[in-house]
Amino acid sequence: MSLRSPLGQVLGSGSARDGTGHWWSQRVTAVALLILGSWFLYSLTRLDSFAHVAMLDWAGRPFNSVMLLLLTVTLAYHSALGVQVVLEDYVHGAFIKVVSLLLNRFAHVFLAVVAVVAVLKIALGGA
Amino acid sequence: MRMNNTSRPLSPHLSIYRWPITMTLSILHRATGVALSVGLIAFVVWLQSIAFGAASYEVVAGWMDTIIGKLALLGWSIAFFFHFSNGVRHLFWDAGIGFEVRQANASAWLVLVATMLMTVVYWLLFQDSGSLV
Repeated sequence: MSLRSPLGQVLGSGSARDGTGHWWSQRVTAVALLILGSWFLYSLTRLDSFAHVAMLDWAGRPFNSVMLLLLTVTLAYHSALGVQVVLEDYVHGAFIKVVSLLLNRFAHVFLAVVAVVAVLKIALGGA
Repeated sequence: MRMNNTSRPLSPHLSIYRWPITMTLSILHRATGVALSVGLIAFVVWLQSIAFGAASYEVVAGWMDTIIGKLALLGWSIAFFFHFSNGVRHLFWDAGIGFEVRQANASAWLVLVATMLMTVVYWLLFQDSGSLV
């Protein structure tokens, strides 16, 4: 027996056809970013120098590399979800809406990959 | 449905309307979120400049050391601490806590105070290390 109301069964995942997936992902990444963001800001305060060699050393330490990878990917995901809602709210034309939502996704995936490549390059000694 | 029933209650009453603090924080959460999304681009550029080499890092560090760069960093830090604090407020709401009007108003002011305190304390932590860049 389903506990869903008849209306709920008809509408399925709702008008966005996404159910609570977007909402829940936004919350999960938010909690993760409370930790990762705090780590990043704290970590910056512990640096003795902001010279290039010091930054390479900092970002190249295994723990810091892992945290930077988690931070940048989670940031990109959370940011994509947030900007998506803003676009859905303010961009009204059917075509331009789809185009802007696609560009939003592409831009955020691009940013995430660029960041991952940077951190890996530093971590694996290519920089 | 046609909206021609003028006998129904009308709200807000614009002549006696007071803009609630909760609405200010609501739109600020969105505005700071968008600002931080722009900041994400700068963050990724900064990371890439470290990976790319000393010359490119010096260029980006040079941008950060300009008046506009410093104002941008200050602005992004305020945006971060606001979005951070107000995000926690949202998570409490998601758990069903703090929905009463008085609680929501109080937590709004708490977020504003926390944002200011966190921003000031954070930048004071860099006093010892001199310039950020």
